[in-house]
Amino acid sequence: MTRPLTLALILSSFLGCRTETARVETAQGSEPAFDDTFIESSIGDASYLNPILASDNASGAINGMVFNGLVKYDSQIQLIGDLAESWDISKDGLTFRFHLKHNVFWHDGHPFTAEDVLYTYERLVDPEVKTPYSSNFDKVKKFEVLDPHTLRITYKEPFVPALESWGMGIVPRHVFADAKGKAFNEHPANKRPIGTGPYRFKEWKVDEKIVLESNPNYFGGKPHIARYVFRIIPDNAVEFLELRNKTIDTMVLTPDQYRAYEEFFDGYKRFRFPRGAYSYFGFNLKNPLFQEKRVRLAIAHAIDKKALVNGVLLGMGQSATGPFLPLSWSFNPEVKDFEYLPELSKKILSEEGWADTNGDGILDKNGRPFQFTLITNQGNKLRSLTAEILQQQLKKIGIKMQIRIVEWSTFIKNFIDKRQFEAVILGWALSPDPDIYNIWHSSQKKDGQYNFVSYDNPEVDRLLEEGRRSFNLEKRKQIYQKVHALIHDDIPYIFLYYPDFLPVVQERFVGPKVVPISSFGFGWNFDEWYVPRNQVRYPMMSPQ
Amino acid sequence: MIQYLLRRIGLMIPLLFGITLLTFLVMQISPGKPTDVLTDLNVKMTAESKERLIELYGLNKPWTVQYWNWLKRVVQLDFGRSFKDDRPVIQKIKERLPASLLLNLLSLSLIFAAALFLGISSAAKRSSLFDKGTTLFVYIGFSAPTFWIALLLMIGFGLKLGIVPISGLHSLNFAELSPLEKGIDLLRHLALPVTVMALTGLAALTRYSRSAMLEVLHQDYIRTARAKGVPERNVLFHHAFRNALIPVITLMGLMLPELIGGSFIFETIFAYPGMGRLGYDAIMSRDYPVLMGIGTIVAFLTLLGNLLADILYAFADPRIRYR
Repeated sequence: MTRPLTLALILSSFLGCRTETARVETAQGSEPAFDDTFIESSIGDASYLNPILASDNASGAINGMVFNGLVKYDSQIQLIGDLAESWDISKDGLTFRFHLKHNVFWHDGHPFTAEDVLYTYERLVDPEVKTPYSSNFDKVKKFEVLDPHTLRITYKEPFVPALESWGMGIVPRHVFADAKGKAFNEHPANKRPIGTGPYRFKEWKVDEKIVLESNPNYFGGKPHIARYVFRIIPDNAVEFLELRNKTIDTMVLTPDQYRAYEEFFDGYKRFRFPRGAYSYFGFNLKNPLFQEKRVRLAIAHAIDKKALVNGVLLGMGQSATGPFLPLSWSFNPEVKDFEYLPELSKKILSEEGWADTNGDGILDKNGRPFQFTLITNQGNKLRSLTAEILQQQLKKIGIKMQIRIVEWSTFIKNFIDKRQFEAVILGWALSPDPDIYNIWHSSQKKDGQYNFVSYDNPEVDRLLEEGRRSFNLEKRKQIYQKVHALIHDDIPYIFLYYPDFLPVVQERFVGPKVVPISSFGFGWNFDEWYVPRNQVRYPMMSPQ
Repeated sequence: MIQYLLRRIGLMIPLLFGITLLTFLVMQISPGKPTDVLTDLNVKMTAESKERLIELYGLNKPWTVQYWNWLKRVVQLDFGRSFKDDRPVIQKIKERLPASLLLNLLSLSLIFAAALFLGISSAAKRSSLFDKGTTLFVYIGFSAPTFWIALLLMIGFGLKLGIVPISGLHSLNFAELSPLEKGIDLLRHLALPVTVMALTGLAALTRYSRSAMLEVLHQDYIRTARAKGVPERNVLFHHAFRNALIPVITLMGLMLPELIGGSFIFETIFAYPGMGRLGYDAIMSRDYPVLMGIGTIVAFLTLLGNLLADILYAFADPRIRYR
């Protein structure tokens, strides 16, 4: 039982001083009510209320409450059964056998069976279905239904993230009446979903709101909060006004909103913890300027990440040391960040032969000045701001960095995909599983693939391959912590910062908690939230 | 007249065709594809599945073929299905149209009423304090950023005074209200957007009606009327007003596309479920079918509006005859 303890340690070291408005629970003295409405808001409307077709956040939020996958992540980012009661994985890691829960019913009363899972799988690999998730399932060799509650999936090669991919929401075969291809894409059920989840669909008013209500027959127990309203408010400033007006119960704040007057947050609890994403400064390692690791080291020591976090995120973030999130088990707490030592940078560079011989303030070597162009995409203010601060910081050690901001699709197609850049500022959103093969493995350097900095370390390659094959969590933890350290030491990127996730929730709701999985979704345990009976704000009109 | 009408309508067809062709072309030239949101920097997606998606959306075909296919469907009045959610474009437009119509009808009527009143009275009292004050007022409305005025009014009347809702079109419990309460609820939600829209859209029409009135007041027949001893009131409202209306009436025809077009800024700020947001979202996500659908309908209405303006002109002004 060492693992949870370590996690608790990691947790406390990062959260110890961070929950600023941890108020005393007002919940005491009143029992949890099966009542009230939770009002959330979103910038955009949903697209498909079908987990196979949807890829936007708004649809994802709704689908997550209406549908279940076979597996899900628990608070410590470990997979547990959702629609699956349990599963076995064969010794060679090639075969998964899922035992499904009995007595699970769709919202229309039909029993849930293995046939529904088969149907979901068939649509995911159906070439006519517009799903962005087919790649997750192309390693499946065989899918067999053994009996109504058992299924066996055989893979072409052992692949650990495959287990995570079964967190995909399962859709009901009987509702879609075996629709295939185009008929599936266009099926009216994509507008009126029927799932197995804690909440069932009530109504969708386009561009206004989506309403869900608690599912009394939910296999995990009837959720306490009776109604969930998803309001569409496309403007962030207006969303904040609605929050101040107490007409929405939650929103994700921007750093300046988080720091606004205290009285704005009267009756709310604010939370603060790293979001599942990081920003980085990437070197094109094919560029002769950056091939020497000591040069990259010098740049790493010339960057003041604290100033970046303060300047760009108003302090609402923390400096990053590697490709994993501080709250996750793959994060290596022993990796020490590069200190901000501009003098050391200058020393390293002069040892490498860089000196300002012509007195123009820019280092040069063999008559070539130390200058390069950094590119980033248009429309992301944080990134262009970061670039400007870095420009100033590098200027101090005699490096001239130019900034070029390029429109997104040109940026991807002409610069990133074709490797036509010297340095880049970008960010990665992380998923709970630490598999980062596609970004760091040396086989992924071809045009259009994601190792666009051309990173190549045989040991990291080996570890990434192993990490995909080994189902042992303890072993994977070691593997990815090692990957973290190795990538940090090689400096293919300078990991800049993790922006903070700044949700705020109305005080009457008991249950919101910051745990490692929160970085990937704050409402991870929403079906356990409740409002004490004496604080219910929107009692249901109809008898329950 | 009939011959003229037929000729105008006949001319509309190639014009409409040209507009859609240009819209399609601009859309194709602008960087980015509808599938980009799904595929760009998505590490969980292989190159093959990207290709497959592009093919599913028919984006691998040359644009000429894509346009031809679109045209073939549109002449049968089928605008296709949205790339975003696979729902028929016509249905998506139908869902938003009533809300946009409601908002625009209300605010345009308010604009017309207020602009006529302000314009004509300030012309009648030319160079007075009222005239100057009106001019200043409408110009402030015209030049102040819409979103800023909207936010100020929201803070004032929504948050501080709490007399109107901040955004949206319906209260959450709308379905449970009685018909009368529903009406009141709608009006409360519409109060701010209509006011802001009227405030910011007042300038042009006020100036039009003011100068139209001024021009009429300089005419000989007004001098004659005054010379006859007609009371000033009658001069203004009987002789001048009706003639000053002529150019304003024709503007009504030109406002037709505005009625359904919707405004992205208003609708975004007020979380209003109308056409403007539909169009803007379609542009941002490169939802070609929706974009083309809205483009075609608005182009058609613009052309129709122009025609209507010309016809109204002929009716209002007996001096004008079309042949």
